[in-house]
Amino acid sequence: MAYSDKVLDHYENPRNVGVLDKNDPNVGTGMVGAPACGDVMRLQIKVSADGVVEDAKFKTYGCGSAIASSSLVTEMMKGKTLEEVGQIRNKHIADELALPPVKIHCSVLAEDAIAAAIADIKAKRGETDKEAAVAS
Amino acid sequence: MSSLNIPIYMDYSATTPVDERVAAKMAECLTNQGHFGNPASRSHPFGWNADELVEQARDNVANLLGANSKEIVWTSGATESDNLAIKGAARFNIKKGKHIVTLKTEHKAVLDTCRQLEREGFEVTYLDPLENGLLDLEVFKAALREDTTVVSIMHVNNEIGVIQDIAAIGKITRERGIIFHVDAAQSPGKVVIDVNEMNVDLMSLCAHKVYGPKGIGALYVRRKPRVRLEAQIHGGGHERGMRSGTLPTHQCVGMGESFRIAQEEMASENERMRVLRDRLWNGFSDMEEIYLNGDLEQRIPGNLNVSFNFVEGESLIMSMKDIAVSSGSACTSASLEPSYVLRAIGRNDELAHSSIRFTIGRFTTEEEVDFTIKQTRQAVEKLRDLSPLWDMHNEGIDMDSVEWAAH
Repeated sequence: MAYSDKVLDHYENPRNVGVLDKNDPNVGTGMVGAPACGDVMRLQIKVSADGVVEDAKFKTYGCGSAIASSSLVTEMMKGKTLEEVGQIRNKHIADELALPPVKIHCSVLAEDAIAAAIADIKAKRGETDKEAAVAS
Repeated sequence: MSSLNIPIYMDYSATTPVDERVAAKMAECLTNQGHFGNPASRSHPFGWNADELVEQARDNVANLLGANSKEIVWTSGATESDNLAIKGAARFNIKKGKHIVTLKTEHKAVLDTCRQLEREGFEVTYLDPLENGLLDLEVFKAALREDTTVVSIMHVNNEIGVIQDIAAIGKITRERGIIFHVDAAQSPGKVVIDVNEMNVDLMSLCAHKVYGPKGIGALYVRRKPRVRLEAQIHGGGHERGMRSGTLPTHQCVGMGESFRIAQEEMASENERMRVLRDRLWNGFSDMEEIYLNGDLEQRIPGNLNVSFNFVEGESLIMSMKDIAVSSGSACTSASLEPSYVLRAIGRNDELAHSSIRFTIGRFTTEEEVDFTIKQTRQAVEKLRDLSPLWDMHNEGIDMDSVEWAAH
């Protein structure tokens, strides 16, 4: 398998594996994918009152690059504002991990997971989707 | 006893190493000092010697099948044999009818050949197997029609190792005068074959699953009652016009020797493999949420196909990095389809995505099996710790009740 060293590193030593309390008002949860398609990602972020991602956790069912993509994303998100996190695109992930073309969908899934987690925390805080739309 | 060679080969159904005894015989047919002649050369001893070796090899292949050596046609492998058998028989008998019956769990060499015939105007019925992978004979009988000319059912399935009741199928096809083709690429040395008792008309074989070389196979073509084929490769009229092309002496000799050994050692080898396979299965059987794919009894001794639920096959293979196995999940290729064989026996997508095929063979040791158990268990544990589905399962959530965002 022609995986890059970075994919292998994240796969062998995944960062930030775990679970945050999904009922915590400061935690946003995004779960995307489907078992039938061979990958499911659950991404969770803990966001401070001023909108900074303090912690991020993931669990992923999927191939090596799906696991690596979600692991990388948790690292990328920590310490960033929600607005900055919302700017992360699948291309950043795919480039960083040097994903082969057949695995690009894993990075797309990771981007979707970020969007879902942001939408969840915004919904919890009663913020409208309009702001999210403007921000992106 | 203690030297474990890493990585460990557990993929004998993909291919096998050439047995040393086979390689030695093959090496005698290549160089200036050896039997390098063209078996079709009738005018000198170089040709005569090569021809004699090729015919001995043909006898060895025929013997394993209980066939006459005149019924063996050399080909490049089982894929070519499948093509020659199905296209050749269907096209030759086109005036009798244009209906073919086969099974959804056949090898692609059969399924894609049938697809091609459909494009040419033939009609093909693809039967569903039972959940254990076996063909339901009543369903089979019901699918046969007046205009059915060819039936193609595999002997041993390459993914799940189940053995079809070829004799029972052959009885039905013979009664109705339908040509019966059997893809037996995975059978020699693992299951007893007798083409007469089984009423088989055409049988595809290859050497490289039986400790012989890649690039050589054979098609058994029955002489009584005679089965006629339309040739697919034309040329010098070799193999009684059914398959032209200079015979590769070393390849034929390799296949012959590998079949000779397979026949001689089958009983003791199968017993040894069964013990190892059962040891492997026992090493997993206390794990939660694992599923054996295919019937355990009607199965070759070297095959174990297991789904480890809530773990994806490709990442599992990545974690089992010292073990060479294959996955029912085709995520490694460009398509993201799970195994069509597992889908055909009714496994859901999750289980089909989570499957690993372990196939053991002549050179597998007890130590290798024990190592495989250990590393597989560690890998499954690691990935389940990473799996949101495993969490959900432990929370008692029914996966089917979740509305997934399919992509």
